[in-house]
Amino acid sequence: MTTLRFRRPSALHLVLLPLSLVMVAPLVWMVLVSFSTQAESRRFPPGLPSGLEWGNYAAALRDAPLGSWLVNSSVVSVVCVVGNLVLCSLAGYAFARVRFLGSRVAFVAILATLMVPFQIVMLPLLIMVRSVGLTDTLGALIAPNLATAFGVFLMRQFFMTVPRELEEAARIDGAGRLRILAQVLLPLMRPTLATLAVLTFLQTWNDFLWPLIAIQSPESMTVQIGLQSFQGAHTTNWPKLMAGTVLSQLPVLIVFFVAQRFFVRSVASVGIK
Amino acid sequence: MTAVLAPVPPPPVRERRRPGAPARTADHLAGWGFAAPAVVLIGLFGLVPVVWSFVLSFQHTDLTSPGTFAGGENYAKLVADPLFWEAARRTLLYAVLFVPLTMALALPIAVLLNQKVRGITLYRMAVFVPLVTSTVATGIIFGWLANPQFGLVNALLSEVGLPKQGFFQDPGQALYAVVAMTVWGWLGFAVIIFLAALQNVPKDLIEASALDGCGRVQSFWHVELPQVAPASGFLLVWLTINGLQLFDAVYVTTKGGPLRATTLLVYHLYNEAFVSFDGGYAAAIGCVVFLVILVFTVVQLRFNRRTSHFEVR
Repeated sequence: MTTLRFRRPSALHLVLLPLSLVMVAPLVWMVLVSFSTQAESRRFPPGLPSGLEWGNYAAALRDAPLGSWLVNSSVVSVVCVVGNLVLCSLAGYAFARVRFLGSRVAFVAILATLMVPFQIVMLPLLIMVRSVGLTDTLGALIAPNLATAFGVFLMRQFFMTVPRELEEAARIDGAGRLRILAQVLLPLMRPTLATLAVLTFLQTWNDFLWPLIAIQSPESMTVQIGLQSFQGAHTTNWPKLMAGTVLSQLPVLIVFFVAQRFFVRSVASVGIK
Repeated sequence: MTAVLAPVPPPPVRERRRPGAPARTADHLAGWGFAAPAVVLIGLFGLVPVVWSFVLSFQHTDLTSPGTFAGGENYAKLVADPLFWEAARRTLLYAVLFVPLTMALALPIAVLLNQKVRGITLYRMAVFVPLVTSTVATGIIFGWLANPQFGLVNALLSEVGLPKQGFFQDPGQALYAVVAMTVWGWLGFAVIIFLAALQNVPKDLIEASALDGCGRVQSFWHVELPQVAPASGFLLVWLTINGLQLFDAVYVTTKGGPLRATTLLVYHLYNEAFVSFDGGYAAAIGCVVFLVILVFTVVQLRFNRRTSHFEVR
């Protein structure tokens, strides 16, 4: 048969396109309002902005310490990502590969914390943070998230899949465990580490309840909490508020677009949001 | 919501070692050397507070000064507190709306996103992107979209001749507005889980059904859908657990109002701890919520042994 067949666009687009538009519409309007003038943001019915009001962004950065909030969020997120990558790799390796006294008890205890809702943890956590003088500091946000049960679990699962033979050759050559981890296993760990990094970053960046109760002073706020307080004060100026919102979401959106693959895979393998 | 839960923690695997080689002191030291930092941190910030919260629930405390023993007074207060029961009922209503709605929307979307169509990656990203949007941002955006005076939703309503609505500012509608907002935020999560389950359906199963004369629709109903059942079970429990703990979406939109219309359980807890400074009572509420969630978790672990792994391609 030599009939020429056109590949007609699938009819599924007729459903998928509107669906996608509905899902991204709120974010699109966030950007649109952030570029509107005050008057345009309060028109009814709402419409497209006539130009790009970059002034909203300047105003948001001027009227709120958005810059330092973004820095705070970055510091907390980056430190927590690094902490998780290092500490969870070490612990995950130990639980998967080393037989040591109490390892099973310790691992089960770590898994058990996965079932504990945060609101039962937060009250004692607050007392702990106060008693060591960390109230209102970034340390209060970093310490509880430096190593997570999820990270240990993820890394242990990974190490269980690595064939032992890989290490044994290095062992015979006299390499220590740390050296094997750094030189033999690290290259294999990259995708798993990327997954852990992406999830830890998104989670600490978007974290809300803990920073809300642990931080009071504006200079120690993360961008989420700062934006929340900014919202209370500026609901009359929507474009400025939306500009701040866009800035607060930019890092997360960038990470999402760049690392979408890892993100989707990890959400699927561990229930997380 | 920041809690994490593995769908199924696999049973602890016994360490396989060459027979005859006993554990050496060096192994104990190395093992603890590697694991100690994480174990100590997680124990200190994840396990100790659970016991501590339980202790707090038997105290009168404002969380700043040392508490005094209260016996069962906090629990007695809870039983007699009409606001607690009101919040509990409302939380239940929220969960009953949020969970089925999210799942009912997610399944057909997952089926759509599982098709081989040009640009499917973009479509998928569009559905997943709300998942990474922070609750604060979501709250601000939805506050504008649902604004009673000039919001987009009211503009659409007036297009079809309906009057403007109050949404978050209307006591009769606020809870439903919160449901809509959180469904938008969680839909991507449910879609990912369903998508993973659909992709795990063995290809030869579908081919075999085709050979037996099944149409595509038939094979979907009789072959693919039953395979998705475990994922549905997981989602049902997982969304319920998270729904029962909803706090931030309420805080950023309505602050529990108007007229307490969106004061859910954890919001009530927050009020008691940080507005009324009754930390002991807040801890008691927390313990009760934890107990309910624990029941759901155990149910999930029992039912979902099979869904320990989802993979999305």
